[in-house]
Parts: sequence; C-alpha cells; structure tokens
Amino acid sequence: MDITAESIIFVIFSVITLGGGLLMVTTRNLFHGALYLMLSLFGVAGLFVLLTAPFLAGVQVIVYIGAIAILIIFAIMLTPQVTQVVGMQNTQWVVAVILAAIFFVTLVSVVSPIADEIGVDNWNADFTVDNPDDVPADSITDMGVKLVDQNHYLLPFEVASVLLMAALVGAVVMVNPTSLGKRTPPVTYDAREESAEDVSA
Amino acid sequence: MTDILKDIGLSHDLAVFIAKLLGVVVVGTAGLLWTLFGIWLERKVAGRFQDRLGPNRVGPYGLIQSIADAIKIMLKEDIVPEGADRWVFNLAPILSVVAVLLIWAVIPFGAGWVGTDLSVGVLYLIAVGSLGIISVLMAGWSSNNKYTLLGAFRGVAQLVSYEVPMVLALIVPVILSGSMSLQGIVEGQHIMYLFAIPLTALIFLISSMAEIGRAPFDLLEAESELVAGYMTEYSGMKFGMFYVGEFLHAFTVALLTAVLFMGGWRGPGAEDFAPLGLVYLMIKSLIAYFVLMWVRMTVPRVRIDQMLNFNWKFLVPLSLANLLIVAFVWKLIPNTNQIDSFGDAAIPTLALLLVNLAMIAVVGILLREQGRRERARIEAKRAVVAQPVGD
Amino acid sequence: MSLGEWVFVGIFVAIAWIFPAVPIILGKRLGPKRPNPVKQQTYECGIETTGNTWVQFRAQYYIFALVFVLFDVELVFLFPWALAYNQLGLFAFVEMAIFILLLVVALVYAWRKGALEWV
Repeated sequence: MDITAESIIFVIFSVITLGGGLLMVTTRNLFHGALYLMLSLFGVAGLFVLLTAPFLAGVQVIVYIGAIAILIIFAIMLTPQVTQVVGMQNTQWVVAVILAAIFFVTLVSVVSPIADEIGVDNWNADFTVDNPDDVPADSITDMGVKLVDQNHYLLPFEVASVLLMAALVGAVVMVNPTSLGKRTPPVTYDAREESAEDVSA
Repeated sequence: MTDILKDIGLSHDLAVFIAKLLGVVVVGTAGLLWTLFGIWLERKVAGRFQDRLGPNRVGPYGLIQSIADAIKIMLKEDIVPEGADRWVFNLAPILSVVAVLLIWAVIPFGAGWVGTDLSVGVLYLIAVGSLGIISVLMAGWSSNNKYTLLGAFRGVAQLVSYEVPMVLALIVPVILSGSMSLQGIVEGQHIMYLFAIPLTALIFLISSMAEIGRAPFDLLEAESELVAGYMTEYSGMKFGMFYVGEFLHAFTVALLTAVLFMGGWRGPGAEDFAPLGLVYLMIKSLIAYFVLMWVRMTVPRVRIDQMLNFNWKFLVPLSLANLLIVAFVWKLIPNTNQIDSFGDAAIPTLALLLVNLAMIAVVGILLREQGRRERARIEAKRAVVAQPVGD
Repeated sequence: MSLGEWVFVGIFVAIAWIFPAVPIILGKRLGPKRPNPVKQQTYECGIETTGNTWVQFRAQYYIFALVFVLFDVELVFLFPWALAYNQLGLFAFVEMAIFILLLVVALVYAWRKGALEWV
C-alpha cells in the first residue's frame, strides 16, 4: 500500500470526521457539540469528494450542515444548562457498548475488501469502481435521467416528496400554531451558567 | 505557469501544486484588495445618492479613505466581553470572511481564467453560503449577550428563508445551459440570460440582497434595532473583518449576477483575448453592483415579519411557479439542447422573454389587486374608528 | 469528474483562513490593551446587565428552520433533474411538477395553519 497524496488527504479527512465525532460526544458544552458535529459532517463531505461524488459532497454541506445542524442548534436552545451538561444520565451504557460493537463489525464486514478475501459475500464490489478515473464524468446527469425514469427511481422519488410533506404537516400539527404563545409558557434557558452572578455591585 | 516551474526541475505534481497555491494567493488577495476600492466606491455613490460628495479629503477624490479607515480600525482595542466563548468568538469573523472568499475560487474571470471549474459549481456556491450562516450563529452565541443571541436567531431565520428562492432561481440557468459549472453557464449564454429570464434574475437579485443582509433587508445591523445585532460585542479588527466579509459578499453577489445572467466575461473579442473578458466581467458586475447600491439607498427597511412573509408567501411560490413555467416552455421549444450560436439562441430567448413578461404582468396585476384590497380594508377600519367623532 | 479540480478548493480552504486571521492578529498586537471591568461587560444599551443571559426561545424559530430543511431537500432533488432536463422528454417535467406540487400543498397547509407567522 503506497502512500500517495490521496491517501494522506484521506487520512486527514478521516481524522476530521472521527475526531469531530469523538469531540462531539465527549464535550460538556452542547453548543460546542453542535459545532463539532458540523466539523465531522464537513469531514464526511471531504470523503465524498475523494470518492469522486462531488454532488453528494455538496448535498452533505447544503442539507446536513446548512439545514439539519442548524435545526439541531435550534433544538439545543430549548435545553436548559446548555454549557455545562452534568454527568452521564445513561444507565444502560453496557448494552449500548455491546450493540455499538456488533454494529461496527457488521458495517466493516459489508464495506471492507478484506471480507472479500475471507470469502464473506459483501456488496463492496457491486457499488464501487477501483479507480477514480473510471467514474463517468456525467454521473450526475445520469442520476437525473434515472430519477425520472419509470424503470429506475421514479417511485422512490415521488414517495420522497410525500414523505417530506408528511414531515411538514406533522411538525405543524405538533407545534399547533393556532394556540402559540397562549397555551404553555415559553421555554427559557440559561445561555451561560458562569454569568450567574450579577455584575451590579 | 506549470511549464515554468517544471523547467526548474520540479516534478509534475509539485509544479501543479505550487501553481495552484499561487493561484489561491492571487485570487484571495485580489478579493481582499478589491474591498478597499469597493468601499470607497460605495461611499462615493452613496454620497451622490444623498446629494452630498462622499469622502474627498483623504487623498485625491478620497481614494485613500479606505486605507486610512483600515489602519484606524487596526489600532483599536480588541475587547472581548467577559464570559464569552473564546474560541468560537474569535473564529466567527474569520469564518465569515472565508465563506465569501471561497466563492471566488469558482468564478470564471475570463476564457480559461478560472480558479477551478468545478463541475458542480452552482452546488458549491450554495454550500459555501451555508458556511456563512454558521458564522452568524457562532457570533451571536459566543458573545454571551441575550441581544446578540436574539439577533443571531433572527439573522439565521432570514438567511435560511431566503436561501430557498435563491436556489430556485439558480436552477433556471442550469436548465437553460445544461451544466452546473459556472464556466459552462457562461459559455451557454450566446444571448444573455437576462434577456431570456428577467424574472429569474430579479428573484435571484432580491433573495441575494436578503442573503447578504443588505438594505432593505438589513434589519440585523440597523442601528436602531438590537444595536448591531449579532455583531454588537465585536470591536477592532474583528468587526472590521465582519464588515469586510459583508461588503465583499455584496460585490460577490454582483459578480455572480454578471456571471449567471449577464454573460460573464463574454463580449466581442473576449474568447481570444482573455484579459478583455476580465474587463467585460468587471463592467457588468459594476452595473449589477450599482443596482444593489441604488436599491440600498432608495428603499426603506423592512420589518422581520414583513420580510419573512414576503419570502414564504410571495417569493417562494413565485420562484416555484417561475421554475415550472420556464421548464415547461423550454420543453416546448424544439432543439433546445443544441444551442451553439447566437442564431440558435434567438428564438428560444424571445419565447422565454415573452413568457417572462407575461408572468411579470400577471404578478403585477395580482399585487395591485392585493394592494387595493389591503387599502380598502384599512380605509374601512379607519372609517369605523372615525365615525363617532366626525359625525 | 476528476479529483484535480478539487485540489484548488482544498488549498483554498486550507489557506483562506490566513487572509482574515492576519489583520485580526495584527490588530490584537497593535491595539492598546487596557482591560477594565466596565468595558468587558456585555452590552445592554448602556445599563448594567440584570439576571442570567436567557432568551425566550419560541417554537416559531424552530418551525422556520424545519420548513427550510424540507425545502432544502427538495432543492437537492431538483439539481440532477435540471442537469438532465435537456435530454428528457416532457414526462420528466410532469413528474417534477408532481413533486413540487406536493411540497406546495405542504407549504399551503403550513400557511393556512398560521405556522408561518413570526409571532
């Protein structure tokens, strides 16, 4: 395995992704956690670029970082004690670790080419080509053609639209804007625990 | 350039790398240096709009004013409010400028003069815009100030809302030219898209004005509202960087309008002689920038609820309808996938132009009816209120 | 779709930080440093801050972000369609029109329910 520029960049982006994820789950400050999430997603976008899928990289930044991460930050604002999350509140962490390990092994076996050599049937070969230059230049156009093609992805495409509509309707119903501000008192939160002392003498 | 470096004896890869590195430095510096000139230009034009001269003391015609201001701001004290989140606080202005500079990497400045002609250029533009949104949130949050936080929420709501019609307007040139790369869109414009899809250009301009936080959508920095919004706690050069970022973003929007809708660097003779293309691009973007300044100096500020209503209840449906109608008409015109010259482009352009004018007329009529109904409603209320007294 | 295109972007992302950072660092070095408890208070129109830094966070902000997420995903689907549009028939237009129409229905629903008001 030779060390090309590509593999160095791959290592950099992997470190960003995994490091961001690790920092995100270990930090005590929820807002910082959201920012680390964005860093991690940015690393994923970089990995997509390395896989010659620039469209997905763009989608990753636009949807995940530009919309969902912001939504998460807004949701975080509803939490009290944003800056100092106190202790771990999860008592089932042993089960969680075991499940995570099983999940990890499953993912690796599907994706890794090592599994090919052992003889485990994996799908890696079906999805990928070995050389970035083999990816056709018009793959996005091709995707566009297939999205509206009856024999390919038309139905999932339209169903996705129905799903989005359901999501919006659900959100509107849950927040129930017709009685906004009148039903429950608005949620307050403390932006900073440290500034609890008044500055006034 | 690559050849020069190769001659020195460097390997091919390293030569390419250094050439690109130099390209990055050139583009980045050009962007930032332009800011100095552009700020002077803006102040002069603003002065003229307001029937005064603008800066004219420092240097001939006040040209050195921007440099003087930059030096002054650099010498100011950098105050960090207590309890502010150090890292995030310092990172926000940097991210704000970086997000704008990154756009300059894909803008085609001339035939063959482009930082990098990404095949997904338009997508890249939108992605980089999202980075700018994050910097607003970071600034508002880390200042440990409830008003900046409120300002940041409002700012994000505004930026995020207006991204929808902006992207919808961006998709139309992609349809017309069949390519997402900016160089491809420029090369597809045998006739300027401004003549074919004026309504789309207008939607793009309006939503971009809201995206850059410029009047009439500059609620976030209006001095009478929440002080300076999410930027309140920033002083010295950090504030300077926010200011530079915003200003550069405004000019970048003008540049993008020129590239996407006014034919970019195209013009007589530009294909053969690349610097001429740069001149054409500058002229076109200065025209677009003048329109931006014109609107800023003329129109009063819009309230946040008016602004969001305008977006979700008018601009988004309008841009969706625009997209569908243009796509429909484009399919009806035969041979639209083989437009190679001015002659080929003439008939589709004319057809689209007529359709666009029809759409604008319809929208105008709808707005007029809406305005009439609103006024009648207000008059009725006033009549009811005034009755006992005036009877 | 070569990777080479993205090298420029990568270099740009790595280096663009330097451009704004230099003036800021210069500013920090050159400017006076006279910290003063009054100067470092958070700004509240000139009076002293009272109470914790809290903000009444309305669910309204969340709804706008949510509507944006949905439209964002829709826009993402629009891009490959727009690229391939010149090669497709009229039926492709109809399919996309259905897609957009469903989302317009959702938008109208949110509108009528009053979810798009900035309270």
